Amino acid sequence: MSDAQPLDYVPVAGPAGPMPASESVGRRREILYFAFRSKKVLVGIAILAVFAILALLAPIIAPGDPNEFVGPLGAPPSAEYWFGTTTFGQDVFAQFVHGLVATFVVGFLGGGIAALIGMTVGFVAGYRGGRIDEVLNVITNVVLVIPTLAVLIVVTAYLQTRGLLLEAAFIGFTSWPWAARAIRAQTFSLKSREFVDLAKISGVSSWRVVFREIAPNMSSYLFLTFILLFGSAILIAASLDFIGLGPTSGISLGLMMYNAVAWSALQLGMWWWFIPPGIGITAIVGALYVTNVGLDEIFNPRLRES
Amino acid sequence: MRSYFGRKLAIYVFTFWVAATIDWMIPRFMPGDPIQSLLSRTQVAPEAVADLIAYYKALFGLDLPLWQQYLNFWGRLLQGDLGRSVYLSGRPVTDVIMAALPYTLALLVPAILLSWWTGNKAGAIAARRRVLDNTLLPIGYILTATPYMWLAIMLAWIFATELGIFPISGAYSYDIEPSFTLSFAIDLAWHWFLPFLSLFLVMFGGWAIGMRNMIIYELDADYSRYLASLGAPTGLIRRYAFRNAVLPQITGLALSLGVIVAGALVTEIVFSYPGIGKLLLAAVQNQDYFLLQGIFLFVIAGVLVANFLVDIAYVVVDPRTRTGLTGGTA
Repeated sequence: MSDAQPLDYVPVAGPAGPMPASESVGRRREILYFAFRSKKVLVGIAILAVFAILALLAPIIAPGDPNEFVGPLGAPPSAEYWFGTTTFGQDVFAQFVHGLVATFVVGFLGGGIAALIGMTVGFVAGYRGGRIDEVLNVITNVVLVIPTLAVLIVVTAYLQTRGLLLEAAFIGFTSWPWAARAIRAQTFSLKSREFVDLAKISGVSSWRVVFREIAPNMSSYLFLTFILLFGSAILIAASLDFIGLGPTSGISLGLMMYNAVAWSALQLGMWWWFIPPGIGITAIVGALYVTNVGLDEIFNPRLRES
Repeated sequence: MRSYFGRKLAIYVFTFWVAATIDWMIPRFMPGDPIQSLLSRTQVAPEAVADLIAYYKALFGLDLPLWQQYLNFWGRLLQGDLGRSVYLSGRPVTDVIMAALPYTLALLVPAILLSWWTGNKAGAIAARRRVLDNTLLPIGYILTATPYMWLAIMLAWIFATELGIFPISGAYSYDIEPSFTLSFAIDLAWHWFLPFLSLFLVMFGGWAIGMRNMIIYELDADYSRYLASLGAPTGLIRRYAFRNAVLPQITGLALSLGVIVAGALVTEIVFSYPGIGKLLLAAVQNQDYFLLQGIFLFVIAGVLVANFLVDIAYVVVDPRTRTGLTGGTA
């Protein structure tokens, strides 16, 4: 591995390298200081909070089954149905709010599982090195080049009933490779530092070295990785839903778009059916990305705009 | 350099083997009977069902021992036989996919190349230029966070349904016979434009942001500062920074190929563009498993070939890989 090869390429805007972070109080205060002054972080978190609150309140503001036929057929937004109704008289607002829940669940679980696998593989490969590293590297590279969605499509197509949690798990199991590679590179560069050697000399077990010495020093990096995985899990789920392989019961934002296109909302000009789910996904994923960049600037002073 | 390509090829061949094996395993080891679920959705006369079951049993070779099924699978695969499509009344899957492939490639290849090139240029120009940066950055983030199908839906709604400037579906008008005439070519381009634009825009955002961040990073590097301290013109420093920043963008292209192809598939679905994506939707809706698995293998093979092309591009752009100073990664 050479410095010339930027291994830790992250699709949108990745952290730019290992950062010496000490867990001191001063450091923490500095992070908070900049976090509250970073417009990116504030805007990102504010958008996420609005949608998260909407999702949490879903059972209250839109009680009952969002797929139920309650209103007039294909009515535009009105005082009673804020986002209008579908061709079948389903309340689009109710579907949207419940779809948000599905989006957050898939993002959190899918991103979380991917982050866990990526961390495990990255830590083990980077810390152990040698044979294990080579084997894990081959596995990572293989999963990396196989298009995630293609695998998900063939796997899910054979399932007669598909749940949200299963979808999230599948996404997690297939989208970890770049995280593993990035974390491996970070671990690699951290493991030759003095404090790691010191811990090793004092006879601490390997997993303790990893979790007490190495992981805390890249905790910000791990957090940013999770944010990006969160966002990409949401996008993957939306595509899967849109192909018609989403959860077989319930509703999601991707499923709303699938239904809208399948029932010619486009040709009929029923914009209230397909605009809200798209705005929801775009806003959530965009907010995640922007928060990620803002936090990155806080963790890496070099990136702050002068 | 030969070992560089050798290693890459080995990985890709191995990956294809893994993917094909997954493809073979899924119908056999998933819960449920694939033949039953296959027939439950296809509408055939009851008396034909027994025949069909026998046909599929023989086709899958389900009565043979597993290892023999596996060898037969590879034997057929290497002859380009991916089975027959149930939904398209028994046409060979390979033919069906080959007929759809040109449409998908016609969308993908120009969209990838143009968005990569213009996105990188835009990102490089915007970096460290406050006014440009402040406009390009938010646009870039919104575009790259947009789900492919949603941008496609919005473009179709605005430009086709509301304004009526572009057609909303298909690759050419139904009242025109495909032919090598100018009017047909114009019609084809007219239908092609919106799906292309939609793909282009989403990707553009990602490349522009990536390049902008890389340039800022490179402009901070020691060599840039050294050049600046020598009094080198800014244009020259930026040129060096660009050459360095382009490398991770190439790696990024390889890494995001899977996402891009997925984006093209859903975009086609929105516009009913007769490529692989539309075929995929039909396969899913009709539970046409042969077609589905054929598409799976095609997509994977395509992504692997594209990966290899990117590797070649990397060697062309980065002289270090040629002299064997460093090996590429991935």
